[in-house]
Amino acid sequence: MIRLIIPQHLRILAHVGSEVSLDIGAPVTTCAILDALEEQYPMLRGTIRDQVTHARRPFLRFFACEVDLSHESPDAPLPESVAIGKEPFLIIAAIAGG
Amino acid sequence: MSKIRVLVGTRKGAFILSSDGKREKWDVSGPHFAGWEIYHMKGSPVDPNRIYVSQTSGWFGQLIQRSDDGGKTWHQPGTPAGESTKTPDGMPKSESNKFAYDTTPATGKPLTTHQFYDGTQRPWEFKRVWHLEPSLTDPETVYAGVEDAAIFRSTDGARNWQELTGLRGHGTGPQWQPGAGGMCLHTIIQDPGNPLRMYIAISAAGAFRTDDSGETWKPINRGLHSQYIPDPNAEVGHCVHHIAMHPSQPDVLFMQKHWDVMRSDNAGDSWTEVSGNLPTDFGFVIDVHANEPDTIYVVPIKSDSEHFVPDGKLRVYRSRTGGNEWEALSKGLPQSNCYVNVLRDAMAVDQLDKCGIYFGTSGGQVYVSPDAGDSWNAIVHNLPAVLSVEVQTLP
Repeated sequence: MIRLIIPQHLRILAHVGSEVSLDIGAPVTTCAILDALEEQYPMLRGTIRDQVTHARRPFLRFFACEVDLSHESPDAPLPESVAIGKEPFLIIAAIAGG
Repeated sequence: MSKIRVLVGTRKGAFILSSDGKREKWDVSGPHFAGWEIYHMKGSPVDPNRIYVSQTSGWFGQLIQRSDDGGKTWHQPGTPAGESTKTPDGMPKSESNKFAYDTTPATGKPLTTHQFYDGTQRPWEFKRVWHLEPSLTDPETVYAGVEDAAIFRSTDGARNWQELTGLRGHGTGPQWQPGAGGMCLHTIIQDPGNPLRMYIAISAAGAFRTDDSGETWKPINRGLHSQYIPDPNAEVGHCVHHIAMHPSQPDVLFMQKHWDVMRSDNAGDSWTEVSGNLPTDFGFVIDVHANEPDTIYVVPIKSDSEHFVPDGKLRVYRSRTGGNEWEALSKGLPQSNCYVNVLRDAMAVDQLDKCGIYFGTSGGQVYVSPDAGDSWNAIVHNLPAVLSVEVQTLP
């Protein structure tokens, strides 16, 4: 199971706790995680990536294993420790005030 | 006795203020959607318990929320959890927050361009929903005015949205430009006597009218004069801030332009200035008394470079003559050291015999006048900055 941590506002929308578990087959990629997340929690569609272009929202970042993966290809395989559920994949709201 | 429900959208959530017809004691519910910008919330005239909400965020984009029980509970219309988000043939379903400009050859227009602040051309890019206008006859039908300026319609309770492409694509788009708040379509008015007719307004493009249910649109800006565009009398490019209409006189429109308060007596075909003796004719809101079609209200703002009321005094101005002759209304409003603004969708009226007037400020106050403006009371003092105010008069 993939472990996913999402921002507080999205937890409220999806009625979930701090960590979401997703069952994803190989290869585990950012795109596969978001596809599975939106399939399970359709209320989150459009909140992380654009509904039409699928571009990541500019004020959100993707981290895992202490690495910023925001600018990696969404189809690139994620680190093995994310794929086996040892480390979580984090969706972080940029610190931009407000 | 009738009840009043005031729907308040703020920078950090939605609030619902409820009272009986006396409008003296108020219950405050909220914040709903805490931390999100609520640009607008409005109830269906057909089913007042059906309330649509525009919920938006710089981080997470646009959402639409809906209540079917008068604001007690909310949900996002669209695909329920656990149901596939794809159709049986693999196509992604539309969602309540999916506002995709229609660029299909059959029904849409190419992704046209508009002016950016610096005069260069930019393609349309969806940013947020500024205004939701439920149908006068069908609770499932609702219109959305969005930034970048376009109008969308849902006929299934906000589950799916389709652009009315005739507006964005009718030809003058390259002359439209964003105002300080963005290039937003902020006003949608349906003609109660003519279901084919509707008015919209855009900052900064102007006012437009359709006479065929949104298929085609035409600019209705003759008589507007704006110094901030190369041709001050141009067909489009005017920064219209808000338009109001009384349902008994659907051909009479009142407009608060960037500068100038205007009036049309022929459904927008031409406009005349009715700023009269206002201390400044810059402002955002304008509204009409529920029972007196020629009694109108504005809140003059000092200037477009100082977005607060003049002289540190919060004053609503009322004209009982449809413009030109204005009186200041200040009883109960702060008259010193007040520097708030009142945004374009932040004034509304109720439908009681003694018409109530409501407005919200950038300082988080929501005021009510239960006597048509003669005196005012603050319902709440310290909400986040108020973006919109709508009022429902309930049996």
